[in-house]
Amino acid sequence: MNAQTSLPVIETPLDEPSLAIDPELTARWLEAFLRDEMVERRGIGRAILGLSGGIDSALVAYLCARALGPQNVYAIRMPYKTSSPSSLSDAQRVVDALGINCETIEISDAVDGYLAHAPDADARRKGNVMARMRMLVLFDQSARRNALPVGTGNKTERLMGYFTWHADDTPPVNPIGDLFKTQVWALARHLGVPNEVVDKPPSADLEANQTDEGDLGITYAKADRILNLILFGYKDPAIVARGFSESEVGLVRRRVDATHWKRHLPTTALVSGTAINEFYLRPVDF
Amino acid sequence: MHAALVQFKPRKGDLDANLDAMRAVFEQLAPTGTELIVFPEAALTGYFLEGAVYELALDAPSLARAVDEEWRATGATRAVDIVVGFYENAGGTFHNSAMYLRAGGPERARIVHVHRKMFLPTYGVFDEERFLTRGRRLAAFESAFGPAAMLICEDAWHAIMPTVAALKGARLLIVPSASPGRGICGDGELESNARWKSILAAAASEHGVYVLYAGLTGFEGGKGMSGNTCAFSPRGDLLASAGPLDPCIVRVQLDPNEVDLARATIPLLGDLSAVLPDLWLDEEIPVTRRIEERT
Repeated sequence: MNAQTSLPVIETPLDEPSLAIDPELTARWLEAFLRDEMVERRGIGRAILGLSGGIDSALVAYLCARALGPQNVYAIRMPYKTSSPSSLSDAQRVVDALGINCETIEISDAVDGYLAHAPDADARRKGNVMARMRMLVLFDQSARRNALPVGTGNKTERLMGYFTWHADDTPPVNPIGDLFKTQVWALARHLGVPNEVVDKPPSADLEANQTDEGDLGITYAKADRILNLILFGYKDPAIVARGFSESEVGLVRRRVDATHWKRHLPTTALVSGTAINEFYLRPVDF
Repeated sequence: MHAALVQFKPRKGDLDANLDAMRAVFEQLAPTGTELIVFPEAALTGYFLEGAVYELALDAPSLARAVDEEWRATGATRAVDIVVGFYENAGGTFHNSAMYLRAGGPERARIVHVHRKMFLPTYGVFDEERFLTRGRRLAAFESAFGPAAMLICEDAWHAIMPTVAALKGARLLIVPSASPGRGICGDGELESNARWKSILAAAASEHGVYVLYAGLTGFEGGKGMSGNTCAFSPRGDLLASAGPLDPCIVRVQLDPNEVDLARATIPLLGDLSAVLPDLWLDEEIPVTRRIEERT
């Protein structure tokens, strides 16, 4: 070997846990989850969900239709008077594409009936009232139809605390709660969710011109990678080394650290040696 | 020899229903001449029991009687060997165990061996050691195929376990398992299942042993038991594999000559036997120091 020639060098990139998904494998896994947890464990073959016109509930509608049959899926549209008309029409595209059942129940009267007694309510409080009203309607419609409410919260919003506690997170089963938003997009595209729903900017649609990424202060593409690295135990400098600014990493980490309580049941004072879920331990499906 | 590996989907906590389902499997297999039937870990109760393990655990003789009755209820008159994973109540000490049972035939059922899981996963989604006690011994025993050993789930993830089993003479490793599936970025297969296969293949090919893996299936509180029931030849070749989701039976033919041939071609086990004393007596291995301290 000539001492003057340098050897070829094979460089490895900085490693990072992948967010890619095998969408067909994921879809089959989540459909099996729905059938097992709903039909086999609870004996309920009907699903009911709030269909907002956004991608999360659209994806859940597709999964439920595949798992249970479209005739067993009930979509409830629950607009408030300020909701965007395109939310209703986008939800309709999902209903038409799948052939699932759909009903529209306005929540304006109920929400305004309460808000008349809360004239000082700001936008955040009003948004929470709307979210909790939708939960109330969904559970009542669930009882009416003997259908199980199915949750539509994704992992990103759960980690960022970007949801109303005991509202969006109340349904007893949720097929997409361990999928980051970018994974929701990938799975929705694979299952054929209409492009209009997949491609529009995500929004809670609680206020005019609201977008999730505007509220959060960071794009989902960045937030998901940072969240994934945090969950795998990476420290901030290691995350920054993978192409993020310190302020982006700090923003995401603060949101996660400030919202652990939203991912738990209420804190209960322990006074006995038989405290539920502390000493008396039984799995949810026992 | 024909073995049947049962990818089993239990009803959580319902011993009677699961024994009924076991009998249905027996009815299907009794006429086939299958000599060994393997059920997964925690097959009669489901895996995640938490404190309910104290309500549902069985003593080994009671389980043996119950399984034997189910086999005899098929009307089969021949004997059969059955492996079943169960939560064991050993006089108030609780284990995650697997029983190798000779059932049916003219004689009474005989418990050939009970292996108590040694590596109890207690991290992440797992919480076994909160409720269970570790087994202390890995033994080889005489199975329908000859010398065999059982490893339960995480037992098999530690390379030393198949190694010790093979050194003790095992030519067959039986692995009842309950593995919550995870990792969806793979290529058609859950990452956890792909990892399982690489571990089992490595154990089979390094030691020249058949490896039979029976996986639980079905969701338990959102955690999907990932099936993946499969068999590897003593050369490490995948002989058959089930998918992650549905109950099924994987039937495998085992030939003792294959073990001899694999070991003759690549005599790693023999090499290890020769070198092991040097490795084991190495003072830098902590276990050696502990033994010295005890004596």
